[in-house]
This record gives sequence, C-alpha cells and structure tokens, in this order.
Amino acid sequence: MSAQLLTYLFVGASFTLYIGIAIWSRSSSTKEFYVAGGHVSPMANGAATAADWMSAASFLSMAGIIAFEGADGARYLMGWTGGYVLLALLLAPYLRKFSKFTVPDFVGDRYYSQTARLVAVVCVIFISFTYVAGQMRGVGIVFSRFLEVDINTGVVIGMGIVFFYAVLGGMKGITYTQVAQYCVLIFAYLVPAIYISIALTGNPLPMLGLGSEMADGSGVYLLDRLDGLTTELGMAAFTAGNKSTIDMVFITAALMAGTAGLPHVIVRFFTVPRVRDARISAGYALVFIALLYTTAPAVAAFARINIINNVDGMIYEDAPSWFSKWEDSGLIAWRDKNEDGVVQYRGGNALQPAKPAFTGERGASGERLLGNSFTASENELYIDRDIIVLAHPEIAQLPNWVIALVAAGGLAAALSTAAGLLLVISTAVSHDLMKKTFKPGITDRQELLFARIAAAVAIGIAGLFGIYPPGFVAEVVAFAFGLAAASFFPVLLLGIFYKRMNKEAAITGMITGLVFTFSYIAYFKFVNPADNNPDHWWFGISPEGIGTLGMLANFVVSLVVCRFTPPPPAEVQALVESIRVPG
Amino acid sequence: MSEKNNHAYWQANLRLMLVLLVIWFSVSFLAGIIFVDFLNQFRLFGYKLGFWFSQQGSIYFFVVLIFVYTWRMNVLDKKFGVEEE
Repeated sequence: MSAQLLTYLFVGASFTLYIGIAIWSRSSSTKEFYVAGGHVSPMANGAATAADWMSAASFLSMAGIIAFEGADGARYLMGWTGGYVLLALLLAPYLRKFSKFTVPDFVGDRYYSQTARLVAVVCVIFISFTYVAGQMRGVGIVFSRFLEVDINTGVVIGMGIVFFYAVLGGMKGITYTQVAQYCVLIFAYLVPAIYISIALTGNPLPMLGLGSEMADGSGVYLLDRLDGLTTELGMAAFTAGNKSTIDMVFITAALMAGTAGLPHVIVRFFTVPRVRDARISAGYALVFIALLYTTAPAVAAFARINIINNVDGMIYEDAPSWFSKWEDSGLIAWRDKNEDGVVQYRGGNALQPAKPAFTGERGASGERLLGNSFTASENELYIDRDIIVLAHPEIAQLPNWVIALVAAGGLAAALSTAAGLLLVISTAVSHDLMKKTFKPGITDRQELLFARIAAAVAIGIAGLFGIYPPGFVAEVVAFAFGLAAASFFPVLLLGIFYKRMNKEAAITGMITGLVFTFSYIAYFKFVNPADNNPDHWWFGISPEGIGTLGMLANFVVSLVVCRFTPPPPAEVQALVESIRVPG
Repeated sequence: MSEKNNHAYWQANLRLMLVLLVIWFSVSFLAGIIFVDFLNQFRLFGYKLGFWFSQQGSIYFFVVLIFVYTWRMNVLDKKFGVEEE
C-alpha cells in the first residue's frame, strides 16, 4: 500500500478511537468537566500528563533542533524534564491537598484577593492562547504534508475532533483521550528510532545506540564519527556547545520553572484522588516523558549522520523523492553555487537571508530557483529544522507504514496538548470569571453550560490562529515558559512554603515578573530586533532565558514588600498549615 | 494531629527535599552545563561524560529523584500518622 493510503488509514483509525472514548466519557457535572471527578488513577494521569505536556514542538521540532545544534539542545532536554522534579517536590502534592479546580482558585484563596485572582486569570489565558496557536498550526502542517489536503482544511478537521471530545467530555473526555494519544505518539516516535538505531549501530535501544559503535565494522563510536563528519565539512562539532554557560543556565532554569508553573500541567494533578497519588503520578508522568526525551537526542544524531551521508555529494538530478517533495513544500532549498549539479552540504548558512525565497522558476538541474543572494560559504543547502522527525523515516528508507505512523503520532501530540490548553482557558472563563467573580449565583448546570460555551469559543479562536497565524506566534510560544516562570512559579512556591506571604507581595511580585520579562522579550523581538545578540543582552542572557531573571526579581520584590505590609489573616495561615499535611 | 507533630513532619519533609534538590541541581546545572567541558575529558562508553549528563543522564536522575521522594514521603506520612485513607 502507498504511504498516503496508509496515512489515511492510521489517522482515520486513531481519530475514531478518540471519538469513541469521548462518547464513552461524557461529563455531567462541573467536577467531572474540570477535574474528571477527581478519581483518575495515578498511572493514567501520568500518561495523560505526558501527552498533555508533549506538544507538536516536542514531537516534531525538538529532535530537529538538536540535530542542528548538537550539545546546545541540552537546554530543552533538561529544562523540559527537570521541571517535573520541582513540580513533584514543591507544588503538585500541596495543590492537590488544596483541592480546588484551577490555578487562579489557589491564587485567589491563598492571597484572599479578587485582584490576585484576576491577574492570575489574565496570565492563564495569555499563556494558554499563545501556546495553543502553535498546536493548531502543527495539525495543519501534518495534514498538508501527509494527506495532501490544504493546511486550512487540516486545521478545521483538527478543530472538529478537539471540539467533539473537549466540549462533550471536558477534563474527563480529555484525560482518557490523552492516555490513548500518549500510546499513539510514543509508539510513533519509538518505532522509527528503533529501526534506525539497529541499522546504524545494531543496538535496538536508541538511547544506548547513541553511545555505541557504528555497525559498519569500523569500531568507531557513533558520536565520534558524527563529530568527525561535522568538523570535516566545516560545521561545529556535534558534541561541542556554542552558547555561553550563563545563557544555558538561565534558559534551562526558565524552562524548568516555567514547566512547573504552566497551568495546564498543574491542573492535571487535581484529577487524582489523594496527595500521595499526586506525588507518584508526577513520577509516572516523567517516566513516560523521559521515554521520548532520552530518544530525541539519539534521533537527532542519527538524522544528522543520515543527512550528511545521503545528501552531501549527491547529484541533484538523482535526488530521492523525499528531497524534491520537501523542496516543493519550500522546506529544503538548494543553490548550485559552483554549477556542478552536485549538492555540497557544508558549515554556515547557504543563503542570505537564511530563509529561502523562491522565484517560481526552475534552474539547470531542475531545482527551484531562489531570489536570495548567497553567502561566501561553500554550503549550497538550506534544510528547515522542523522536517527532521517527519522526513527522517523516508531518508532512512523505512517501510511505508512507519512513515504513516509518524503522521498519526504528530497529530496525537498536537491535539492532546491543544485540548488540555483549551480546557484551562474554558475553566478560567466559566469558573474564575463567571462563578467566582461576575455571577456567583449560577447553578452547577449553568456553570457547566458556560464551560462548554467557553470551550467552543476558545476552539474557534485557536482555529483562527491556526489558519491566520499571527507572525509572532512562533516567537512567542517559547516565551510562554519565561512568563510562567516569572509569574506563577514564585507565587505558588511562596504561597506554600512561606506562611507570612501576603496579597500585597503576591500582586506586586507577579506584576514585576511579568512586566520585566515581557518588556525584555518585546524589546529584543519586536522593538529592536537588530540588537538581539549577546553584545546587547543584560549579562549575556538571551530573551529565551530572561524568565529566570524575572523570576528572581519576583522573589526579591515579594519578600521585600512582604516585610512592610500586614501578615495574612489567621484563616489563610491555617489554610497553609493544612495543605502541608496530607491526611 | 497535634501542631508539634505536624511541625516535625514538615521539618522532615524540608530536609528530604533539600537533599534531593541538591542532587537535582548537581546533575543538571553543574554536571550538564557548568562543568560540562571538564567532564567531557572522561568517557562513558561512546559518550563524553559531560555530554551524557546533559542529554541522557540528568533525565534518568530526575526520574529516580521523584520516585525516591514518593517512597520516602510515604514512609514519613506513616511515621507521623498523617497518611490519607
């Protein structure tokens, strides 16, 4: 069967499964809609958390980034897993004991203030929308590339599926679909990785294959071979880092604290029955996540070797079909600088500016011609990082069913994250804004109706973002972490561990962290992008890592303000005492 | 439960947390970033050691840390009589 037919089959089967689960797990009360009734088993919650957490970025983009950046990619690997240690030790058990529905709930009650609750609601909605736009775009890209439907049609189909199980089932429907989606996505990630690991090293476990000898009988370790190939071609050695140590530390810390502070991850721990379940559930979640995250660097290294071996020195007219297909989608470009008809893949950017601008005409070898001027580098090739995971199975000539599987996996990753985010947005509107702020008199049934309407509207808006992506989405998604780190993480942490912490300190702290982080990012990304380089950054910290400094500012401001303002009322201090003890 | 008992439970929790967070910091920020070049002169099979910590080892440690915390906390819950039903 052709890869495309198989893709239709796999994607169709997985969607049928999700819809079946949605019908089986409808919600009938707000408690079921918000926290799945509070009786999800810790292991199911772990799998759902993993799917919730691992987005299109983890599945599609991360290995591609590591493939081209090598050692520097570690900031994502450590940052997006290390945050779970913070979550398990510092936040999840206590927030579970508090046992409410949302993060703004905790902020509002702990800081006995509607202002604090509203600041939290604004943060939740802002962080979640920036994040969800990227997911919808990911859905569209997978559809257009593998099923050859228009990107917009793909987005609409994706919206329809999410609409079905999020509006009908709420957290209950989302939880059990996410468990299924985790299974689909991890299988889809591991199968090609295992195939390629066996082909290159003979070791079936990619995480061990990465540290093994090449299977070609040379006795050379794979990573040493890769370092050799990259330096030979004038690229940076794969295992050597380029980023400054301080920037790596700050970015990694921002991703860790941001992970622990992301509302859609935190609410997952409200769905388990007991405090001890919240602890172990974080452990399961990290096991499930680590399966993909320890495989990703192996996929990255394997892909880099396969690309170099297959592409460098290739005669363009003999190029395999994947090469021309991705060239047609505009994600690969070739400029025959020395006019020999052979692809030279070397260090440095091939084009100026780096992204290709196609003229619509074909050159001497049949390649798409470019309007870009070209650099002095001998490199003739542009490869978009985002295609690595999708293209690698084809580059490695794996069977068609594996290629189809990867498409279903990418969709599972994007849809599961989108659903989790949409639920958080709808809960913030129906619970925190309607029930707790504007219309406290509404019944449970009315609140549930508001929740469903809010979810439907949020899906519509997210879909519009997917169809008309604002230019800044890609830039901003990574910064959702910086903002979460600078706003929520300190407020939650101090709320649990510092009994004296009061509302004045929490509000000024959150606003300081947000305004500082937001301004720094906005300045370098939108106001003055020409200065976005280490010479102009404060202490050499990039906008990606500035959330850590924003977080430190939040801590300092909070602790200072706290000293000069009255302590929280006795019942709030009693609340803090009570969440520290499980029973 | 008495206030004194709860206080002792909380102190024990904080001590455990501190130990685990020191390990968390050491395997990621120290071994994976700050001392990565120094550690890269040693090898673990086909990996340079610093590279292994930053792209593989730290993640394994994170998983173990959470399970150790869960296990020790369950023991503490029982010891101080604060466990749930």
